[in-house]
Amino acid sequence: MKTSFDLKSSLHENRLFLSRSITLIIFVLILFFSLIARLTYLQIETHEKYTDLAQNNRVRLSVITPVRGLIFDSHGRVLAENTPGYSLELIPEQIKDINLTVKKLSDLLPISENEIKRFNRQRKQQKRFTSIPLRNRLNDTEVAIFSANRHLFPGVEIQAQPLRHYPFPELTSHVVGYVGAINEKELKTIDPVNYRGSRFIGKTGIEKAYESKLHGQVGYQQTENTAQGRSLKVLSHTPPLSGSNLTLNIDIDLQRIAYNQLGDYTGAIAAIDTRTGAVRALVSKPGFNTNLFAKGIDSTSYKALRTSLKQPLFNRALRGQYPPGSTLKPFFGLAGLEHDTVKPSEKINCPGFYQLQKKEHKYRDWKKGGHGMMTLHDSIVQSCDVYFYILAHRLKIDRMHSFLSKFGFGQKTGLDIIGEKSGLLPSRKWKRRVRNQAWYPGETLIAGIGQGFNLTTPLQLAHATAILANKGKGLTPSLVARINNNTIKPRPTSPVVLGNNAHWELIINAMYDVVNGARGTARRIKEGAPYKIAGKTGTAQVFSVKQDEKYDEENVLEHLKDHALFIAFAPAKDPQLAIAVIVENGGHGGSVAAPIARAIFDQYITTSL
Amino acid sequence: MISSIQRTQLRSHYHQRKTGLLQRFHIDITLLILLTCLSSIGILILLSAGHEDIGLLQRQVTRLGIAFCAMLLVAQIPPHILKMFAPWLFLLGTLLLLGVLFAGVMGKGAQRWLDLGFFRFQPSELLKLATPMMIAWYLAEKRLPPRLKHILFSTLFIAIPTVLIAKQPDLGTAILIASSGIAVLFLAGISLKLITGVIAAGAGLAPLLWSYMKDYQKQRVLTFLNPEDDPLGAGYHIIQSKIAIGSGGLFGKGWMLGSQARLEFLPESSTDFIFAVFSEEFGLIGCITLLTVYLLIFIRSIYIATQAQDTFSRLLAGSLSLTFFVYLFVNVAMVTGILPVVGVPLPLVSYGGTSMVTLLIGFGILMSIHTHRKLLSS
Repeated sequence: MKTSFDLKSSLHENRLFLSRSITLIIFVLILFFSLIARLTYLQIETHEKYTDLAQNNRVRLSVITPVRGLIFDSHGRVLAENTPGYSLELIPEQIKDINLTVKKLSDLLPISENEIKRFNRQRKQQKRFTSIPLRNRLNDTEVAIFSANRHLFPGVEIQAQPLRHYPFPELTSHVVGYVGAINEKELKTIDPVNYRGSRFIGKTGIEKAYESKLHGQVGYQQTENTAQGRSLKVLSHTPPLSGSNLTLNIDIDLQRIAYNQLGDYTGAIAAIDTRTGAVRALVSKPGFNTNLFAKGIDSTSYKALRTSLKQPLFNRALRGQYPPGSTLKPFFGLAGLEHDTVKPSEKINCPGFYQLQKKEHKYRDWKKGGHGMMTLHDSIVQSCDVYFYILAHRLKIDRMHSFLSKFGFGQKTGLDIIGEKSGLLPSRKWKRRVRNQAWYPGETLIAGIGQGFNLTTPLQLAHATAILANKGKGLTPSLVARINNNTIKPRPTSPVVLGNNAHWELIINAMYDVVNGARGTARRIKEGAPYKIAGKTGTAQVFSVKQDEKYDEENVLEHLKDHALFIAFAPAKDPQLAIAVIVENGGHGGSVAAPIARAIFDQYITTSL
Repeated sequence: MISSIQRTQLRSHYHQRKTGLLQRFHIDITLLILLTCLSSIGILILLSAGHEDIGLLQRQVTRLGIAFCAMLLVAQIPPHILKMFAPWLFLLGTLLLLGVLFAGVMGKGAQRWLDLGFFRFQPSELLKLATPMMIAWYLAEKRLPPRLKHILFSTLFIAIPTVLIAKQPDLGTAILIASSGIAVLFLAGISLKLITGVIAAGAGLAPLLWSYMKDYQKQRVLTFLNPEDDPLGAGYHIIQSKIAIGSGGLFGKGWMLGSQARLEFLPESSTDFIFAVFSEEFGLIGCITLLTVYLLIFIRSIYIATQAQDTFSRLLAGSLSLTFFVYLFVNVAMVTGILPVVGVPLPLVSYGGTSMVTLLIGFGILMSIHTHRKLLSS
């Protein structure tokens, strides 16, 4: 009985177990096919998407920053070069607590809020295992401090990156300019692809004007990388194209002499080769240390530069607009001759002042008591003001304006760097338009001696002097001589054509006698020169002396003293170099500005002889 | 009558001669071949996943050797002896689990190991076998299908190790142990109504379970639901794993050529995520082949269960078969992103020792069950 029950039960259990086993097998088959379905979805349906993702993981596109072009002077001496610099970089994935690490680093090294902000911003955009700069431009001490503590900072490293260096920072600050970190505004204008690896961009001078040439073309490298960012092999390589090297027309020796000759004065000098338009020296004093900017200037130093009374950041050579004073007299003289308002032989009496008819106002000559009877020649040599009051009165302002326009006054010269000012060459139309006022005859008189509304930049003066020296042939001033090995051709301006070419000689002879004549205002610089200089002095009033007052040279405040000017070219017969010198608050052009020009000519003409 | 006995004797004689050696050593050749196949695939893929680390490979081969020996050794033990030991093993395992809770060693944020001085041991591994043995032992004496009282006791036996292990916390193993016990109950024939009822209740209790979960477990579930939320943090594993599998395509990138694992984008590539490496290198074709090997092992095992001669053997064999496949399923489902990451290795392929030994001892038990069958006649 028991056995039969057992048997029956066992049979029943067997059947039950079998049916449950089959259920289990079906269950397992469902699981099996659901896995197959899932795998099919991943490996067939979405295969392409995941292939792309795997490829993105595997291949890293790294940017190879091009080497910035070098800048040389006319003799091949380096004016801007690339030196190794160091930056502090972090790989966030290798750092446990980034905020703590940054805090500890800023205890060790000076790190500003802005740098931390920039770092955090960049961190969000970067791919995994890419190093992100926290601080650029570490100095040697900072590198040493970090190196000593490196073991405390896993995932933090010092990376070398080229840094711009200027061997003659003060001398070239207003020509070569400087580079600095790319700012938000520049970021919008540059090609983001080409600047992917670049941290610096030209801010002023040649560095800015020739940015596109100097920068070069970015290169790429595709590497196969591990998740930790270690590259295993290079898949493709597009080398970067280095920036072009620039050779300037600037001669650093000449530049140095010009700069040093200014001594403690502030001022500007432009020296242009009359034969090519090549700018051989372009000085604005004081300069400043451009390396501070290339390294990233701290706010204290920057504030000091900005607030300095001498305004070292101001490019006087291009942007300084000075009353040209008597340096305009040769040009007005030429205008008078051309318009036949004065004859070469005509003599005009200078009693020391000039009065317009029916007016009480006296227009004084700088020489109390007057020069006596003056020809045009005499009036240039001795810089007689009364002669030019009369000449201006006869010419009228509009003819003065149109004639001097031909020499580039009131216009930008077209120099190949940015920021030039156009100066001011007044006219009736100009005054109506800008001031909405009528032109007064008295204004014509003071314009005739280069005062009043007249404003010129040192570069303009040098450019006009070169045109005069070339007897009308003008060349656009240029700073860059060669881009790599491609020579930049001189660019002629529309020439000044006179009705009578003999007038050139008359004016040039007068300028010759300014230096070489017995009564010339710059006669003291002729001593010992193996070549002949032709020039014209100028003294520009910074403030007007009232009618009854006397300009008291001794007691006037330094910054209200007259500016001393001198324009010149040499050799007088076969001109090579035209120079304009402006010495701010220097007093007399003949005594202060002219000797500076002489020193520059000495260097330029004697070395090229 | 006589002829029938003679026939049986003849058949058994013939049978013995054919499988003599294997039968004597209690080896099931089908299982042995399939398991060897699987382990060989495992070694091949470990070579790639482990970045050609020969040391790693040697350790794995050594472990496999030990595990296969353990399997063959256990196969020699007749099922009735195993049955005898079942409650004691279960008791020992439970005590050890309690020991782990109080004196265990932390590893990867969970308390799983018991340091016995000369080696470290995971008691949860013992329970992978002891739990189904215990339930099978308990139910074998009862009339089947079991009555409610027996079901409740069985549930208690399942719950004790499951809860203790989940507390370690080791959710993956807890799931496997629970499923091994439930499998026994299911095979014992508990009513399907009850099962659906329990599932419904389980779903109802899910929020309660959520509140008991550790933060990292919650994170895993959340990550599972939306891995793209945190692509560089918790979601990183599963995203990289899917990239590896998906980029494998139909034919795969070729052995040792999977970029995801070789370039170290895939974490845990030689342990829990080794299936992703395999999928990347061998594609869908390879995956189907590999899964089919697992399926065949399961089918052979369940066949052994149906051929078993007593209730204990039958229930135990059935449970071991199912657990093996659940093991595979949980791992692949986790790696392909259809289950949260619970930390279950790919059976016999993932690098790692203890679980492999346990698994193969399980197959040793299956072999024992199959080769210790008494002839009907005797």
